[in-house]
Amino acid sequence: MSDTRIQLTTGAPGAAVLGIGAYRPRRRVTNDELSQTMDTSDEWIQSRVGIAERRWAEPDETVVEMSVAAGGKALAASGLAPEDVDLVVVASASLPTMIPGAGPEVAHRLGIRRPGSYDLNAGCAGFCYALGAAADAIRTGSATHALVVGAEKLTDVTDLTDRSTAVIFADGAGAMVLGPTEDPGVGPVVWGSDGDQRDAIAIPTGEGAKLTMAGQAVYRWATTRLTDTLQQAMDRAGVTAADIDVFAPHQANLRIIELMAKRLGLGEDTVIARDVVQAGNTSSASVPLALSALLESGEAKSGDLALLLGYGAGLTFAGQVVRLP
Amino acid sequence: MASTAEIQSGLAEILEEVAGVAPADATPEKSFTEDLDVDSLSMVEIATAVEDKFGVAIPDDELGGIKTVGDAISFIEKNQ
Repeated sequence: MSDTRIQLTTGAPGAAVLGIGAYRPRRRVTNDELSQTMDTSDEWIQSRVGIAERRWAEPDETVVEMSVAAGGKALAASGLAPEDVDLVVVASASLPTMIPGAGPEVAHRLGIRRPGSYDLNAGCAGFCYALGAAADAIRTGSATHALVVGAEKLTDVTDLTDRSTAVIFADGAGAMVLGPTEDPGVGPVVWGSDGDQRDAIAIPTGEGAKLTMAGQAVYRWATTRLTDTLQQAMDRAGVTAADIDVFAPHQANLRIIELMAKRLGLGEDTVIARDVVQAGNTSSASVPLALSALLESGEAKSGDLALLLGYGAGLTFAGQVVRLP
Repeated sequence: MASTAEIQSGLAEILEEVAGVAPADATPEKSFTEDLDVDSLSMVEIATAVEDKFGVAIPDDELGGIKTVGDAISFIEKNQ
């Protein structure tokens, strides 16, 4: 038995978001279009979930293709070269194959050479889990620069004739590039799960199996159990609700977003992400997609403090405070 | 323990706040979905507000059985 002590590495004092990128599929699907093929209406959909339109990916817009597009934009925004990146994490719950995963292929396509790479599935909380894991990797010295992607093609796993799910779930990808900093730009992640509700959201495997969701149970859980998580994410980052410039929770349902915002006691000028109206529920892609839209429109600005929260199948949740690049 | 009248008026307050139902309309025979235009997600909000106000637990599988204002009043009476 060797008694040589294992040596550890230490990384940067903090990680920061250096760039954000997004990819929205070309095809825009309105509520009126859906009303032509199923018993629903624009009024019904808008009043229940707040969605006006969503994007549905076409065959060439795969999870990997959308990840490459979003990741490439995030890399360009960060000003880094592909070879600077040494960790690539793809969060997704709708990959066409379990093996191989998307991460190594996405990295290869972007010209990132031999990074640590894996996929992460924490349902709709996936992006915030991946962001937490990647920021921690930079702090411990396991990585210097990381590309974190959330990408979904939920139309592959949704019954597009089922009005309870087809009107909600959609496709897209968003990405962030993280790097080392003295002044932390990503706060501690607060993550957890409630596995007793494992059946609330499911995508069974097997031919023809489609996504199911117990809408009332998830709505109750999201509107009652996650306010504490958001508060903890702010507490652990040493900020208060008054410091938050942008609130960007998972874009599942506009009513959940409004209720959470009300309960948090955010300031009057806090910008609230409502990308669900245009994007539908894109699971692990929703948080970076929403941030990207706010930065593009100028509603959110570089240097703003944003409170993020992912939550979904598992049931899982993760939140953190980040400074926008 | 709240009396039936207290439960009815407390429930009416919740209905007004969550779903904009005029208190005078919140009478026992009214169906939440058909008469008061309360959707399934608002029912969840009403259930959680009732839980907080009256100290009862309304699990999701029981919620489906509560169709009218009267059903809600008797559920609260039995379980408070």
